[in-house]
Amino acid sequence: MAHSGINILFEGRNMVRLLGGLWISAKIAIVAIVVGLILGLILGALRTLHNPILRVILRLYLEFFRVIPTVVLLFLFYYILPQNFNINMGAESMAMLVFALWFAAEMSDIVRGGIISVSPHQVDAGKAIGLNRLQLYYYVLIPQSIQLMIPATINLVSRIIKTTSLLLLISVMDVINIGQQIIEANGQRYENGAFWVYGFIFILYFILCYPLSLWARHLERKEVVTANG
Amino acid sequence: MKLKQIFRAVVATLATLLVVSVAATAVPTKAHAATNNSSVSAIKKRGTIKIAVFGDLQPYGWVTKSGKRTGYDVYLARQIGKDLGVKVKFVQVNADSRVDALKSNKVDLVLANFTVTKERKQQVSFAKPYMKVSVGVVSKKSSPVTKASQLKGKKVIVTKGTTAEEYFTKHSNGVTLQKYDSKTQQFNALKNGRAKALADDNSYLFAWVKKHPTYTVGIKTIGPSQTISPAVKKGNTSLLNWTNKEITKLNKKGFFETNYNKNLKPYFGSDIKASDIIITNNK
Repeated sequence: MAHSGINILFEGRNMVRLLGGLWISAKIAIVAIVVGLILGLILGALRTLHNPILRVILRLYLEFFRVIPTVVLLFLFYYILPQNFNINMGAESMAMLVFALWFAAEMSDIVRGGIISVSPHQVDAGKAIGLNRLQLYYYVLIPQSIQLMIPATINLVSRIIKTTSLLLLISVMDVINIGQQIIEANGQRYENGAFWVYGFIFILYFILCYPLSLWARHLERKEVVTANG
Repeated sequence: MKLKQIFRAVVATLATLLVVSVAATAVPTKAHAATNNSSVSAIKKRGTIKIAVFGDLQPYGWVTKSGKRTGYDVYLARQIGKDLGVKVKFVQVNADSRVDALKSNKVDLVLANFTVTKERKQQVSFAKPYMKVSVGVVSKKSSPVTKASQLKGKKVIVTKGTTAEEYFTKHSNGVTLQKYDSKTQQFNALKNGRAKALADDNSYLFAWVKKHPTYTVGIKTIGPSQTISPAVKKGNTSLLNWTNKEITKLNKKGFFETNYNKNLKPYFGSDIKASDIIITNNK
């Protein structure tokens, strides 16, 4: 190659712009994860109660967010709802909202699964020493199920981070969107600029997600050890 | 999960969707008919105009390496902002989100190389045109295609969803189409000699042959000539009228020639004249 395409990354402010885009993606993911975790924990606990109406509502909420593809959700919230209800939120806050609701929905199912897998003897023992329902969740059910939830939660977190790459569809200037601007603006001079830009974005996402997957693997191994003594 | 339960969940989800969509269609309209947030006075009061542009279509709407938006459409957008006396807030869009961006009030004005078509006219309002475009055909300089009749029985490359595909599907005249998904793919196919010629918007081809001098746009225009216009939300007559006046005024000042020379000419070959692209005789 006469001139290596990697220079595309270092021209002008390209690198700063890409990292700025990554920050936007990360910011949206972090807010969505924090809000979604809290909401998901509450909703998941509510789903283990034996109230049929509550269960149906929460079940519908879960299915709604699990069945509909994220692209459709983003379009629905960003373009369709404002047309009909005259609600106008910025693209970034809209993205945080959609991702948080999606995270909470999936999280609620993880939490529910974790809580119901705690042995019923534990609940009985808790009741026997006079814990009320809230105390039962706080001291018995949640602490014992948290370890079961962690691997699935980390998996969900890395899915959220990766899915931020869809945000370019609703005009959020995320890392992919900026990457495409750079590729198109330099198409003539760097024929394989796309390779380097996407390669760099790959590394950025890898840096974000790989530690999470390492951590998940570590926890799973620990879990096997505790379970088998 | 048991089948019965799955069935029940599906029915319930569909029912909610139905309720939501009915509510969505029933409630609206009067809410925003009352206030037009994109009228000229509202924009002036707010101090900013939101304009939709492309970020990846050089030389029409793109971003330089220092992160500054530029191009033929962007230059016009900045001028409009200046003449309104407000700041311009650019919203980057993709081709398929231009109509929805207007409908959902995400932008006041679209200047994203928006070709006027009958279907789009039903959804948004177009102002006076500021550019013209039609389908062109590019082929090797060594065996150029200069007439449509030369394509009989030959293969022609197009990208799916373009006006070029539409044209050759309607008037095939013995042409076999090879359809690709992206610009990069279609140009690679031409370079690899997979077909006799390639058809696409001529404004795009002129820039491409400049970079690939062994090719030529043998047929500069084929089929109906179309125009590119600013678009506003349907019913926003205030901004539509203002934009029409603005385009007439800018034409008188020779603004579009300046814009052409500054933003487009460097990307085109010397055989392209300003009159192939811009519209100067607006009254």
